[in-house]
Amino acid sequence: MHSAAAAAAPIVALTDAAKHFGAVRALDGVSLSISPGECLGLVGHNGAGKSTLVNVVNGGLSPSAGTVAFPASGAGSALGAGVRSVFQELSLCPNLTVAENLRISHAALKGLRWRGQAREEIAQALDQVFPGHGIAADAPVDSLSIAQRQMVEIAIGFAPRGTEARLVILDEPTSSLDAGIAEQLLSHIKRFCAAGGAVIFISHMLGEIFAVATRIIVMKDGRVVADEPAGRFTRQGLVDAMGHVAPDAAAVEAARSFGETVVTTPEGLTARRGEIVGLSGLAGHGQAEALARLYLGATSSWRAPKAAPMVFVAGDRGRDGVLPLWSILRNATVSILPRIARRGLVDRAEESRIAADWKARIGIRTEDVTNPILSLSGGNQQKVLFARALASDAPVVVMDDPMRGVDVGTKQDVYAMIRAEAARGRTFLWYSTETEEVCQCDRVFVFRDGQISAELSGADITEERILSASFEMAEA
Amino acid sequence: MTLFARYRILLPVLSLAILLAATFYMQPRAMSYFGVNLLFNLAVPIALATIAQMCIIMVNDIDLSLGAFVSLVACVVATFLNDTPLLGLVILLALVLAYAALGAVIHALDLPAIVVTLGMSFVWGGLALFILPSPGGSSPDWLRTLMTVKPPFVPMAVVASVLIAGITHLLFIRSGLGTVLRGVGGNARSVARAGWPVIRLKALAYGCAGLFGVLAGMALVGLTTSADANIALRYTLLSIAGVILGGGEFTGGKVSPVGAVIGALTLTLAASFLSFLRLSPDWQIGAQGAILILVLTARLLFTRRDAQA
Amino acid sequence: MKLLHKPWLWSWVAAAAAFALTVTLTGGSGASELAYAALSFGAFAAIVGLGQMLVITLGPGNVDLSIPATMTLAGTLALKTMGSDPGTAWLGLGVAILVGLGTGLANFTLIYLLRLPPIIATLAASLVYQSIAIWSNRGLRIKPPEGLADFATGRFFGISNVALVGLALSVVIWVLLERSVWGRWLLASGQNLRAARLAGIPVEAVRAATYLAVTVFAAIAGYLLASFSGGAALNMGTEYLLMSIAVVVIGGTSIAGGSSNVPGVWGASLFMFLVVSMLNSYGAGAGVRLILTGTIIIGIVIAASTRRATR
Repeated sequence: MHSAAAAAAPIVALTDAAKHFGAVRALDGVSLSISPGECLGLVGHNGAGKSTLVNVVNGGLSPSAGTVAFPASGAGSALGAGVRSVFQELSLCPNLTVAENLRISHAALKGLRWRGQAREEIAQALDQVFPGHGIAADAPVDSLSIAQRQMVEIAIGFAPRGTEARLVILDEPTSSLDAGIAEQLLSHIKRFCAAGGAVIFISHMLGEIFAVATRIIVMKDGRVVADEPAGRFTRQGLVDAMGHVAPDAAAVEAARSFGETVVTTPEGLTARRGEIVGLSGLAGHGQAEALARLYLGATSSWRAPKAAPMVFVAGDRGRDGVLPLWSILRNATVSILPRIARRGLVDRAEESRIAADWKARIGIRTEDVTNPILSLSGGNQQKVLFARALASDAPVVVMDDPMRGVDVGTKQDVYAMIRAEAARGRTFLWYSTETEEVCQCDRVFVFRDGQISAELSGADITEERILSASFEMAEA
Repeated sequence: MTLFARYRILLPVLSLAILLAATFYMQPRAMSYFGVNLLFNLAVPIALATIAQMCIIMVNDIDLSLGAFVSLVACVVATFLNDTPLLGLVILLALVLAYAALGAVIHALDLPAIVVTLGMSFVWGGLALFILPSPGGSSPDWLRTLMTVKPPFVPMAVVASVLIAGITHLLFIRSGLGTVLRGVGGNARSVARAGWPVIRLKALAYGCAGLFGVLAGMALVGLTTSADANIALRYTLLSIAGVILGGGEFTGGKVSPVGAVIGALTLTLAASFLSFLRLSPDWQIGAQGAILILVLTARLLFTRRDAQA
Repeated sequence: MKLLHKPWLWSWVAAAAAFALTVTLTGGSGASELAYAALSFGAFAAIVGLGQMLVITLGPGNVDLSIPATMTLAGTLALKTMGSDPGTAWLGLGVAILVGLGTGLANFTLIYLLRLPPIIATLAASLVYQSIAIWSNRGLRIKPPEGLADFATGRFFGISNVALVGLALSVVIWVLLERSVWGRWLLASGQNLRAARLAGIPVEAVRAATYLAVTVFAAIAGYLLASFSGGAALNMGTEYLLMSIAVVVIGGTSIAGGSSNVPGVWGASLFMFLVVSMLNSYGAGAGVRLILTGTIIIGIVIAASTRRATR
């Protein structure tokens, strides 16, 4: 299988491909070719550049530098070259049926009998990948479970659709599938590759990567740091290649004593007064949802007391944090308005004083706090959101991966500020995708599949322990 | 209890059936060829207008100009189409194309459809006044004959409703292109990713709305035999209510042409039913509103129970 | 330079142009009459427009279609309660405001409890309000008390009293939006409801208050309009459905939510009246007038969108 693959022209070839978003080098010069018969396992931390690489390969993004070519087919576009993607976020039309969704990506289905053909083709594809799937071709997608939707998406990815699938990109395809169904997918991938197709397989389940990949590449900071046949890696070697070396300066801090328990959630998350509690694990395993539930439950949509019981620092700034039409000043003070108001009117002098104070304390880089918030860089916007939360007197601070896009120097400042506030008796619940940040915490809960898979404290908080609790190492 | 979630059309059908049964119970004489014709007399233009609104709601927009547009069409039909049929046809065709262009502009410039169509309602209304400053005109004979034809066994209004429902079901639910159009409402990004030009699809959806708006205006003139510039202004709100009554939703491309026609019939019947109820005429409009709220509440209760099951 | 970026500027420029063009035709005479008329008739549009502006500020999908019915119902019930008896003006106003609170509460109940889209909820409810108005009116035309009618049609220092009431309400809204906590909460909720909720804002309370405010404003406008025109008519609110949305949009308030514009609503209300009188004085028919109005609305929306894109 391998020798045959090496002889054929690659399906896709990237030469020094790079993609920049502003100053961020999401993809920093990657050369890579994928030949027929190969199954490429792609691993790396969140933000390592996997999604960007995938989007450059499938034509969703055009590279800032370098080239993408499709030598095997000679086609000019990814679509023409038979490159298919199954995305992590569900991309079906929920209002249509399973067969109708195939129609969306299969323009060649025409005529009065298209519906029958579509039904047959999707049923065949489903049977091939997931024998005994039990999904009716006429079922509307929004009546299916998440796992069934993912199965349909995968089946559409492999379906012939008039041409032929040559390279199928699967981004975390098994994240909502149970073990048996995932096993079916893995054996289908092997069959597909043996028949001359190629697959890029992204997964955090290292067991799956080893089970299916013929070659593994490891990405870190927008670059490929390892590219070897699968047999040359050990599980530990792979984790090492992905990981950073955690600075253990913070971990040696003397254990502190905490007050009474102030937070308990149904998941089993607890936090004591003055404690910094970390939530870790891979992205999308229920940490953000747990925090949002906690916050929404503790506060009301109908009343805003002068002293808020809890504040929230958003990490997804656009969705959860920034009020885009407003100035820095107004964004920073929105959570403390009831406190600084007299008879319902905002005390603007007090407001400006507080904003100026926090601009200095947290180092927001701007001439004037009345500038629009969107004039700031992402990291500085994030500082405004920190200021918003810390300016309030709330005893509990909930932070949903708040350091995205923040530079290293600022991070150190914010860590120090969080520790100082914790020492004054505030409680922090801190979800982070970066292990370095989690190591700042007094106690860490690791999440997997929406549940707490480990609780670590003190010297146990190490990158290794967290990784092994995040990945399903037990699986073969 | 996933029955209602599975067959979304069931609830609209049930509401219509209950209302119809109640009407016949109140007024047994309505259970005749002539009676049914009277009950549903004005349903055909409303059904067509509801289908037009559905085309817009299908792609996640809303049309506040439909009533003014149908009025304008009625004025064109009662004047140009009657006097100089060829010129009349050309004007009607131009109106359909204008709708398609509107859809393309709204998509290309990412404009809020609600405001653009609000502006267009003034434009259509102005054009209508221009053509027919005072009520008048007359229906072309063939149109009049078509709308008052008496088929055997089943009255014209019912036959026409069934035809409209059947044809639009084929167009928007069964056909491939109709499926893609609904896909635009469901997940425009995935449709674009599959290589479809979304702007042309949007223009097509708006063009279809224009076409059915034109048909609604023609049917209306066929029934009323004359037109005025304000003849169909209430169709804007009626058509929105009809789509929602028929099981459609404002977002997500969840629409049903059969449901929309049933919704239009329900709204028409509600008016007749209330007059049979010997309800004081004062309360008829209000009772229509109450029926609307009741049906939507019932739907909410059923879907919520399904969601829990 | 900063003035040019004020979104309300264009509605005032347009109003001034329409004013100038009309006055040029008459050779300068009648300018003060025109200004007086514009202020009094524009005031009704401005008052309902202010309410609609608050709702539209809540963001996409928020709009109140029950304004005309609420105006009619408030005008009808207020006049009926007063029964042309002298000295009942405040009682009538109280009734009108109660009507506004009632319809607003009913609207928001439908929106909040039944999760109906605001468009459908306010539309369905408005049919009921209309029926109540028809039922209580019974075709009678009750005259407003004489003192109230005099007030509504009178002037104070050369400015019509109705306009003064409208201006006073505008100042209240302006202070509320610019200075108060509630205003901040409303603007934040309109920009991003989820972010506002996560910032600790009681978003449902904000929404409820907004849907109450719009109907109270419509009720006050209905009360004044009925007093102004010598009685409540069943169709008195009809033209204010589209008008209320149009003045908000022309006034520079973003349909996407989160930004309000009080001066713009006034500029747009004056403009909507002045453009009609301008076209009338140039002998244009109702058709041309409507076509131009529609074209202007669309032109302003396109201009606003390109400005947004180039920023």
